[in-house]
Amino acid sequence: MTTRPDLLESMKGAKRFDLKRSFWEPRSLRSLLLSIGAWIVALIASVPLISVLYMLIVRGGRRLNWEVLTELPPAGFEEGGGFGNAIVGTLVMVGIGGLISIPFGILAAIFLAELGPDSQIANAARFCAKTLTGLPSIIAGVFAYAILVLVTGTYSAPAGGMALALLMLPTVVLTAEEALKMVPQNMKNAAFGMGCTHSQVVSKIVFPTALPGILTGVMLAVARASGETAPLLFTALFSNFWLFENGRAELMAPTASLSVLIFNFSGMPYENQIELAWAASLVLVLLVLVFNSLSRIIGRSRI
Amino acid sequence: MSAIRAEKTRITAADATPPGVVIDCRIDKIYYGDFVAVRDSHIPIEKGKITSFIGPSGCGKSTVVRCLNRMNDLIKGFRFEGRVRFYDQDVYAPDVDPVIVRRHMGMVFQQPNPFSMSIFDNVAFGLRLNRYKGNLAERVEHALRRAALWDEVKDKLKTNGLSLSGGQQQRLCIARAIATEPMVVLMDEPASALDPIATRKIEELMVELKQKYTIALVTHNMQQALRVADKTAFFSVDISQDGRTGYLVEFGDTRQIFEDPKEQLTQEYIRGEFS
Repeated sequence: MTTRPDLLESMKGAKRFDLKRSFWEPRSLRSLLLSIGAWIVALIASVPLISVLYMLIVRGGRRLNWEVLTELPPAGFEEGGGFGNAIVGTLVMVGIGGLISIPFGILAAIFLAELGPDSQIANAARFCAKTLTGLPSIIAGVFAYAILVLVTGTYSAPAGGMALALLMLPTVVLTAEEALKMVPQNMKNAAFGMGCTHSQVVSKIVFPTALPGILTGVMLAVARASGETAPLLFTALFSNFWLFENGRAELMAPTASLSVLIFNFSGMPYENQIELAWAASLVLVLLVLVFNSLSRIIGRSRI
Repeated sequence: MSAIRAEKTRITAADATPPGVVIDCRIDKIYYGDFVAVRDSHIPIEKGKITSFIGPSGCGKSTVVRCLNRMNDLIKGFRFEGRVRFYDQDVYAPDVDPVIVRRHMGMVFQQPNPFSMSIFDNVAFGLRLNRYKGNLAERVEHALRRAALWDEVKDKLKTNGLSLSGGQQQRLCIARAIATEPMVVLMDEPASALDPIATRKIEELMVELKQKYTIALVTHNMQQALRVADKTAFFSVDISQDGRTGYLVEFGDTRQIFEDPKEQLTQEYIRGEFS
């Protein structure tokens, strides 16, 4: 590239400088190396994730059909069969867990965020919730075993739901509290200025405004709970029968779930059961994926 | 909804307010904790006029306006000594419910703060809160027209109020405040977050609105006070007793305050010698 003569003229006497990118400068080299390093590490990190998904899709997808979704689990040497009752069982127990943990969790979050954010009771509750998020899930199972299974004398769906509720509660409380705190003080002032009582401010403004964020937390809790195995081993056990039969719900009896089915079948020496375990894993992952995507869609729908 | 509460705090004829005064605000001291924020100020707010509150920052002009509808009750440590007479009732009487006071005095804030709901619902909010039984849509349209926003939003009443521009949001907030037809509208620097064109619109709106409403306007913009206000209260800060206590320096017709201030301090402030 030649420099135009008139420009050369105007550059006379000025200090020479160069704006071109120089590749061999240490600064550029370091930047390039760092970028390459980051790419490599990111690729390595995604290898296990992708391989798990790949295995699930290849091995689980082979057996995935309408039959496995609607039939009962097969006995030892039987061919065919499915895990329809386990899907129903998982959904029912996660539903029970949600029915317990969502209302309590949201009300607790409203207390923590709005009514008494600095009170002793709030600090204690917040500390407990934060500790509970790290609770090993098997302990939730043992707890529900002690207070429900031993008392009622049977493994049951409500006991499983209770154990899951215990795991969902802290997630719901903490995410809902965060969502409620995100509502700008300005907006609350506007509501007070209109002549709202504190409870009206919460019910008409703070809660609806925070709802997408709260639902995101709820969905994350649901997604986590639906994959849990350990708490269900102690509380719901497993069953080879339908939860609902002849129009009656056999809630107070051992209940099947996808995660426990995977746990049981994957250890069996029969090819059929192992294939079913793979298919059930794929279904479970898809279920969690649906809940996670729902949480993202709901979370995005805010302004 | 303007039903005055049954248990009134009657005020004796002896200290009756001068005619035409809607709010007679007599402040002895306003405390935030141990700190005296405002002292010794008397501002009568007259019906159908715009009363502006000007002064350097930190002089307590916002505090004074917010104490009229007891918004400061929400702040921890707030304590009010004095009397705010609203028509014939004392706003700070022990049996007065601040929530009801706020329903009679609309408020517009510095930052536009529409609710995260549709434009229609924003304006209808106060009406629903007061269980308004009449034609909601008509009242909403009326309020939006008065706030000079109707033409811009009439085709998108269902969209979220937060999707409007800053100036439109503030007019929406004004529409929301006047939809319930409060007797007084308190405006706390309503244009300070807006650009000059939006500010102009808000100012025109204020002049328009004063035919029906009494307006108390806090502004840091002296030109704005001069353009729109009938009465002006000038506040200053007293930093003598190792605190920052605001107090009223001078109150009078806007023209007199700006053209012929009686106090030395007012004169210096108007001339721009401090701010």
